[in-house]
Amino acid sequence: MSNELLNEVTFFVLSIFVGIEVISKVPTILHTPLMSGTNAIHGIILVGAIVIAAGASSPVTIILGLVAVTLATTNVVGGFVVTDRMLEMFKGRKAQKQTTPTK
Amino acid sequence: MRTAISLAYLVAAVLFIVGLKQLSSPKGARNGNFIAAAGMVIALVATLPLLNFTTAGVIIIAIGIVIGTAVGAVGARTVKMTAIPQMVALFNGVGGGAAALVAVAELLRLGQHPAFTEAFPSVFSIVIGSISFAGSMIAFAKLQELMTGTPITYPGQQVVNGILAAAILGFVIAVLAVASVPFSFIALMVLALVLGVAFVLPIGGADMPVVISLLNAFTGLAVAASGFTLNNFALIVAGTLVGASGSLLTKLMSDAMGRSLANVLFGAFGKSHAGAAAVAGQEGRSVRSGSAEDIGTLLAYSQRVIIVPGYGLAVAQAQHAARELAELLERRGVEVSYAIHPVAGRMPGHMNVLLAEANVPYEQLKEMDEINDEFKNADVALIVGANDVVNPSARNAPGSPIYGMPILNADQAKNIVFMKRSMRPGFAGIDNDLMYDPKTVMFFGDAKDSLTKLVSAVKAAA
Repeated sequence: MSNELLNEVTFFVLSIFVGIEVISKVPTILHTPLMSGTNAIHGIILVGAIVIAAGASSPVTIILGLVAVTLATTNVVGGFVVTDRMLEMFKGRKAQKQTTPTK
Repeated sequence: MRTAISLAYLVAAVLFIVGLKQLSSPKGARNGNFIAAAGMVIALVATLPLLNFTTAGVIIIAIGIVIGTAVGAVGARTVKMTAIPQMVALFNGVGGGAAALVAVAELLRLGQHPAFTEAFPSVFSIVIGSISFAGSMIAFAKLQELMTGTPITYPGQQVVNGILAAAILGFVIAVLAVASVPFSFIALMVLALVLGVAFVLPIGGADMPVVISLLNAFTGLAVAASGFTLNNFALIVAGTLVGASGSLLTKLMSDAMGRSLANVLFGAFGKSHAGAAAVAGQEGRSVRSGSAEDIGTLLAYSQRVIIVPGYGLAVAQAQHAARELAELLERRGVEVSYAIHPVAGRMPGHMNVLLAEANVPYEQLKEMDEINDEFKNADVALIVGANDVVNPSARNAPGSPIYGMPILNADQAKNIVFMKRSMRPGFAGIDNDLMYDPKTVMFFGDAKDSLTKLVSAVKAAA
């Protein structure tokens, strides 16, 4: 096993534990926004798409690169924006406290 | 330069982790999303300096980013809150597709006999990414009601899926052991796309959130695999984080429905089997339906009302009308709260989002465990477009497909007002005994119209 691969495997295994640990206490109401947020994070594939698109020269690689960059950008931008829209809905509740008739 | 890039990737990875952490607590959630987005920008910018761009490369990257940004931003901005689940499915699917294409491009570049450590993650990424893409599109179509939400099953389905999986395995071995030729990995991609479709078809629309979450984890893993191929740490770390947290989230979601993941994926949920047949014998029982005036008076002279919102409320955009009714009742001294089932609507948290949009005070939203004991003290349980989440057969009909799912104890309230468009069964496709309960009054119509009528009726009740 090369040094680089060994490093990569190390990162991979540690990331599994971090990924599980970091969201283990999420309340039900945040399941949807959290799913949507992680959805945006895997848009990091845009980095990969840019790497393969950068050196494109043949028609095949040009088409592959173009489609991959387009899809990945849609994932990133759409993912973060839609998550933000969901979470935006939660913010009103503090301001609301004063205006609601209490009894 | 390499060191700088590695450090930038490390910063990005930390931001992703911190972002995820914040996303899982209500207070920091919105910030968490920003933090993760900042990590994304850093990772992207850090990638650029080392690349050798061809002219064509620069052009296609620019075009791709412009189109992707436009589609993503406009789609995410204009989508109705009710359609958010399918939007998430769509964004997830395109990510999976991108991962598969990146892997295809890498395999093309590596030639006929790539090293195993590069070829293996590539074929993994092609298969998983394609399944995620095709499966997400079917999930989208089901939720958008472009196709039927009921499970699609046919004889020999498992056999067909088995053959597909075996064929995929065959081509994986061919690419790894014989030669990595375009025919093989294109075939791999096509087969995986078909399997993605075949895998989601037999799963009912009500279970789509769990499926989307699972496919989300799949995409994460495909991205991580692409990271191994490209030797890119940012992809490995971010992809794995999503793969791991997404898997756990999938489990948490199916737990919230009281079912195992295997049951969700392979149970062909909502298909009429034994339990539904037993209920079918009871068709033709009579239900009581009431007028707006009757129900308005009932509500106006109650002490405690619990509103049970469901997908019907979401479809009819009735959250504002619901809040208006609740405020009107509160002004009369009626105590109003909302009972939120963990899977009400079509996604966990969906109802909270919609009601928060309508400025319903957060304190009135009660989670299931918190409110279930209060139903017996409630004068009225006002069910607005919910069905399966109050279906007593989850408690007492072992044959029912939803048996074992925790439900809201709406049936224990002194009166039950069941607002529904028609007698049609809910999303799970099963009849609801609660409609035939002698304490139940049905009020048919679009949730928004009905609530508006109730508002006038309560105002009229002196």
